[in-house]
Amino acid sequence: MPIPRFWREIKQRYKGIGSRCENCGKIYFPPRKICPECRRESFQKMEEYELEGKGEVVTYTKINEPHPEFEMLSPYIMAIVETEEGARLTGHLVDADIEDVEPGMKVEATMRKLGEESRDGLIYYGYKFWPLDR
Amino acid sequence: MTEVHNLRDVAIIGIGETQIGELWDKSLRELGIEAGLKALKYAGLHGDEVEKLYVGNMSAGKLINQEHVAPLIADYAGISEVPSTRIESGSASGGMALAEGYKAVASGMEDIVVVGGAEKMTDVGEQEAKDILSSTADQEWETVFGATFDSLYAMMARYHMDNHGTTKDQLAQVAVKNHANAAKNPNAQYPRETSKKFVKNAPMVADPLGMFDCAPISDGGAAVVLCPAERADSFDGDPVEIVSLGQGGDHMAVHERRDIGTMKATERAAKKAYKRASVKPQDIDFAEVHDNYTITEIMAIEDLGFFEKGEGGRATEEGKTELNSDISINTSGGLKAKGRPVGAVGLNQAVEAVLQLRGEAGERQVDQPGYGLIHNIGGTGASAIVHILRRWS
Ligand SMILES: [Zn+2]
Repeated sequence: MPIPRFWREIKQRYKGIGSRCENCGKIYFPPRKICPECRRESFQKMEEYELEGKGEVVTYTKINEPHPEFEMLSPYIMAIVETEEGARLTGHLVDADIEDVEPGMKVEATMRKLGEESRDGLIYYGYKFWPLDR
Repeated sequence: MTEVHNLRDVAIIGIGETQIGELWDKSLRELGIEAGLKALKYAGLHGDEVEKLYVGNMSAGKLINQEHVAPLIADYAGISEVPSTRIESGSASGGMALAEGYKAVASGMEDIVVVGGAEKMTDVGEQEAKDILSSTADQEWETVFGATFDSLYAMMARYHMDNHGTTKDQLAQVAVKNHANAAKNPNAQYPRETSKKFVKNAPMVADPLGMFDCAPISDGGAAVVLCPAERADSFDGDPVEIVSLGQGGDHMAVHERRDIGTMKATERAAKKAYKRASVKPQDIDFAEVHDNYTITEIMAIEDLGFFEKGEGGRATEEGKTELNSDISINTSGGLKAKGRPVGAVGLNQAVEAVLQLRGEAGERQVDQPGYGLIHNIGGTGASAIVHILRRWS
């Protein structure tokens, strides 16, 4: 991933900061400048909102053929998680056996290393999920 | 939806396509030219009649380090003076290019328009080609966290299985059927049959999708020639009419969609296309649907309205989508077995539809088809395009 993009998103990735539409109250992650429900009425009404980081699995998969950057983790579990605030995100599910994963499984976000820029070894971090009940 | 008035009827008067596969000896421009010249020859044209060229291409910049490919192809086709434009919408680039060609002719702006699609995917390794496909997902909020293109479709499959009882057997049956059709298609990358056991026992890529649930990486090109239907009889052969088109959109990231087992972009595109054509899903005799994965075909035949949501897997298992069954789906072999030259796919589908409607599909011919539908998805379903075709009379 190019470095400028990494710096641009660092706060959201580290702290799970999304947006709340002050017009309808809906919470979004990743953050949005416009609420797709309210559109023009939400302009300049999108406030930063920090997610609690708790949620449940919507669906999941076990990846056997990863991107080379994630090769050392293979096989690993990816999941789509719906947070308690109603936002949905995609992330790596760690410290879980695939046999135990199912829709509705309670998880929480944890800060982990996501990867490394190959050229200069810059390590970048972000959220992953692990079972709440572990 | 705006009602559109005073559009001219549009006909396809020429089709051409290359062999699909790993074509080491053919460059992107050669693929584009071969398909285009075949289409012109089919219509009985020389080339100087062409007023506009559209080229569907997804990722020449990444795959062969070449942008600006429309004038490149025009130049080497000997028509450098003809205005040309590349259209990109991920894996729906070909279908979207066809839509632009249709609009150019329907609006009265142009008379003779060539729409081509070409992709050269095998100059990079398979892993790199797959990464480039995954760049049509959200790079900042999906792939950076380790999601692959395969895994995003795998999560749709898992969701569909959990919510509708779809089985791995039913997924495998999509591949078996499409290979059986491809076995009757000389341009197919994999013109041979396969078995359910073989598909199910393939190494897992992203659970529940195995290696043979996935379409291949391919090189290939396809093209059509369009003209106003009222002029169509002055060219060689029986013309086919593009009756209508509809385009749909949806959230870029899969996780943003409330029902991950439905592609809203497809539903939206189909709804518009049916309405504009004044036809219903039951009126369609055959369809080329986007089957980059086996699950994608099952979702498509539901979202296009051929089967109820959740019934796609069972319908496939019961043989309802086989050649000359309830509705013939992917008679060409689809992306799965005919191949996936990604930016050309929408044009490959158009070529198949014309062959079927003209009764030129050989061993895989559908019995006297009335309407055919083609359906092309961009990326993981943030864009989709549907065209409905019939014989012009
Ligand atoms: Zn709102």
